[in-house]
Amino acid sequence: MLPFIFEWQWNVDHIIFFGFLYLALGIVGLGITVAAIKTVFQLLGFMRERHFH
Amino acid sequence: MDSVLIPEGVKRCSPGKFFLWTLPWLGLLGWGLVSAFLCLYKGLNQTNMTNYFAFALWIVFDLAVIALGAGAFFTGFLTYIIGKKELKDIINSAVIIGFICYSGAVAMLGIDIGQPLRGWFIFWHANVHSMLTEVSFCITTYLGVLLIEYIPIILENRKIEEIRELRLFGNNLHEIMAVFAATGTFLSFFHQGSLGGLFGVMYARPFAARGGFYIWPWTFFLFILSAIAAGPSFTILCTKLVEKITRKKLVPDKAFQTLAKISGWLLALYMVLKIADTIGWAYGIVPKAGLTFMDFYKEGPYGVWLVIAEIGIFGIVPAIILLIPKARQTEGWLIAGCLMNCTGIVLNRFVFTVVTLAIPVMPFDKFVSYLPTWQEWGISMAVIGYGFLLYSLSYRYLPIFPKEKELNTA
Repeated sequence: MLPFIFEWQWNVDHIIFFGFLYLALGIVGLGITVAAIKTVFQLLGFMRERHFH
Repeated sequence: MDSVLIPEGVKRCSPGKFFLWTLPWLGLLGWGLVSAFLCLYKGLNQTNMTNYFAFALWIVFDLAVIALGAGAFFTGFLTYIIGKKELKDIINSAVIIGFICYSGAVAMLGIDIGQPLRGWFIFWHANVHSMLTEVSFCITTYLGVLLIEYIPIILENRKIEEIRELRLFGNNLHEIMAVFAATGTFLSFFHQGSLGGLFGVMYARPFAARGGFYIWPWTFFLFILSAIAAGPSFTILCTKLVEKITRKKLVPDKAFQTLAKISGWLLALYMVLKIADTIGWAYGIVPKAGLTFMDFYKEGPYGVWLVIAEIGIFGIVPAIILLIPKARQTEGWLIAGCLMNCTGIVLNRFVFTVVTLAIPVMPFDKFVSYLPTWQEWGISMAVIGYGFLLYSLSYRYLPIFPKEKELNTA
């Protein structure tokens, strides 16, 4: 449910429930985006490669 | 044949032997697929679920595997947030077990809701006062987190790693794993709790109803605590099983001991609170409902033995085993302690799901028993088959255990 659809109500219940959901999804999405951007930068030679083994 | 895919420096069985190993698990998966097809094509009349038992075997299985899969988020929390470095040797195994548990549970729920094509309704037309909605949000989002934690392990495959783009992406995901681990911890905390909370708020069913703190009944906190107590034990158990089957040492003892010790302390704390909760319930909610403690344990097979088994045999005993250093350092006792701990949590989820619904609540209600159909068993067993298959494939082709080479060079 998004804030602009008719079922949405601007009350604490909706804001807390969906706020936390979108916060979690946002963090996960942002994490993947950061990893993808870093990969592109490393492939283009703008950043150094790091090893984890 | 597939040797180019097998991690460098480790030994795996021949492809033929591996294929034979997968046959029983493929069989279970096949049984589940036939059952799923029947349930989707003909409907939920293929099950023995009724108006009395809207929650049945699948939910018991779901709750059990979700609790047992808590080893993934809790081990991740201990490794990446608390900084228990020795757990890096077992974290990959924990993640894969967690992924199997959660993806299996979500797949099973897809059949349980009857109309999986409308599964998205719970997100779009959400009831923001429902614990079950919170559970759905958190479980699906956490499954995404587990997938992200699993991807870097897949990308470490010998052949995949040769592709520079994928290797870099995997490394970059790995670098920010603490962010995903923290998000997973937050999501798991709430869905494990809400799974308990949804029973605790059943005020019309005094067997499950509980008092609590603010909007959260005590079951909310007890479910979180029991999950983080049993999850690490399940991780130990599965990894030990892999060691037994492969006849190899895969994880240093220090990692097992750390997890077992934490599991033991958490189980002990859970037992104290569970006993306090049971006493509070027996002397508070039960008399207020005009009933006595024994009124709940007089019908069908669900006698007072359930309390003795859950709290005594599969609660206090494993807590003692896991708390005594000499006992948990002995492999047999360690496995017995972990197995009993996991059995206790499965029993707890069974009691809250099935026994709660079996006990009559109205004067005109009668005790109704429930036995699952072969289709219900089929779908549940398919999760086990799928789990064995995915773990076997991961073990064969991915470097799950960083110390495997070092521990087996003799």
